[in-house]
Amino acid sequence: MPGPVSDNAAGSTFAHVDDTHRAIPAIEFRDVVLAFDDRVVLDRLSFKVMKGETKIILGGSGGGKSTIIKLVLGLLKPDEGRVLVDGEDVTDYNEAQMMAVRKKIGMVFQEGALFDSLSVYDNVAYRLHEQGLSEDDVEPEVRRMLRFVSLEDAIDKMPAELSGGMRRRVGIARALIGDPKIVLFDEPTAGLDPPTARTICELAMKLRDLEDVSSIFVTHEMNNLDYLCSEYAVVNEEGQVVFEREGERLCLVNSKVMMMRQGKIIFSGTDESLRRAEDQYIQKFLRGH
Amino acid sequence: MNLITRSIFELQETTVMTAKALGGLLKGPRYLAEAVAQMDVIGVGSLTIILLTGFFTGGVLAVQTYPTLAFWGQQAKTGQLVAVSLVRELGPVLSALMVAGRVGSAIAAELGSMTVSQQIDAMRALGTDPIRKLVAPRVLALLIALPLLTVLADCVGIAGGAFAATSLYGLSGSAFFSSVRDGISSDDIIGGVIKPICFGLIIGSIACYKGLNTDGGTVGVGRATTRAVVTASIVVIISDFFLARALQYLLGTTG
Repeated sequence: MPGPVSDNAAGSTFAHVDDTHRAIPAIEFRDVVLAFDDRVVLDRLSFKVMKGETKIILGGSGGGKSTIIKLVLGLLKPDEGRVLVDGEDVTDYNEAQMMAVRKKIGMVFQEGALFDSLSVYDNVAYRLHEQGLSEDDVEPEVRRMLRFVSLEDAIDKMPAELSGGMRRRVGIARALIGDPKIVLFDEPTAGLDPPTARTICELAMKLRDLEDVSSIFVTHEMNNLDYLCSEYAVVNEEGQVVFEREGERLCLVNSKVMMMRQGKIIFSGTDESLRRAEDQYIQKFLRGH
Repeated sequence: MNLITRSIFELQETTVMTAKALGGLLKGPRYLAEAVAQMDVIGVGSLTIILLTGFFTGGVLAVQTYPTLAFWGQQAKTGQLVAVSLVRELGPVLSALMVAGRVGSAIAAELGSMTVSQQIDAMRALGTDPIRKLVAPRVLALLIALPLLTVLADCVGIAGGAFAATSLYGLSGSAFFSSVRDGISSDDIIGGVIKPICFGLIIGSIACYKGLNTDGGTVGVGRATTRAVVTASIVVIISDFFLARALQYLLGTTG
């Protein structure tokens, strides 16, 4: 029979997790402003992505979602405000300094953005080849990553021979090599059939729940939101990864939602509060009409 | 931006990019294997068109000048005229224009497609500087390949001139070649090699810049390719004028 719960039970529980490193956000934006000529793309944007958290960024096309990802990678620089990656202010970093930061980050592009002239193997191995690792070290890693996305059979194919969904999955494998602790997804399911889109979301859930990866998941598809906010990945007794729905067991799905419109955050919170939001644009976005 | 402002801006950006690319060759990581592969594509790949251009240009020079020279009784000077025209001007310029058309377009189209399909962003995201990885090997390959191609074009052009003069007008081969030997100076040859080095730099940097700054999807790739070839060709011809004058001063052949 459980004993009485003391008042400071929660406090003592968290006192054990005395890891100040985890308190530093993986990604932080402080009052970021970005404009192209006269068009303001991001308007005083501030948010944090904590360690191990998946931040789902929703919003219509042209709302500045993908721009956020480019700012994290330093592919674009903000006009004002600060961008922090893993507690490090990277706003004023030059290209050479940024290269070191990018090593911590994996990026999954909208269409995969695979290098056409390289095979699947060379695409996935790209980062390791650039680091000058020997082939003996590279090959097992590449195979491990391709197994993770269930594409080990395609190792010798060229990108042109792959379907759209396979290209995205190779893109994910390429982003994950070197085990980055931050992964950015730029509309990874756009234009894919529902089962393939589901597979991509499952990969994102595996990263969140089993690999402790922090991520930004830019999307405008509502089923992505349903998967990422209501399910979680666990390893069952047979050692297989299975996905369980929230509620079957006590758990906290570590996904947060942020909605953008015209460069501003119009919502930030959990998916439940998003569905309860009264804003007309949000309701229209959720219902589709 | 109006045309002049845009031109100056593009000149500045192209120069900065090329300086970074050349600076990247001095310190690692260097992509020498990539540069060798590009030399194969650019150099060996352009051999056929360069040889054909050189041969027939030399031939037509002989065909056009022999009758005029013969009118003045100077037909023995045909070799000198063909050789000097080729080595000083036509060899470097025509080779550069052919390479701008064949290689400049290919570079702009390849880098342009990589840009619009986000491969350049992916490369940067994976921690590689595209200027070092893509621009530097291409510019280096052109710097080395274009002078070599030009020298070949010159040689084949002189052979083409000799073929036309001997087979069509019955000039003896020995007269032709001794006139070539007497007429051509080492300054001509030095100038004829310096020019293609400059042209290689121009073609490489313009094609890479246009390719990396492509926007607007597949239509943009076509536009970038056209602009790369047109701009590179015009800049080659304009700079040829200034180079010719500068070389006259530097080599002391102002007459």
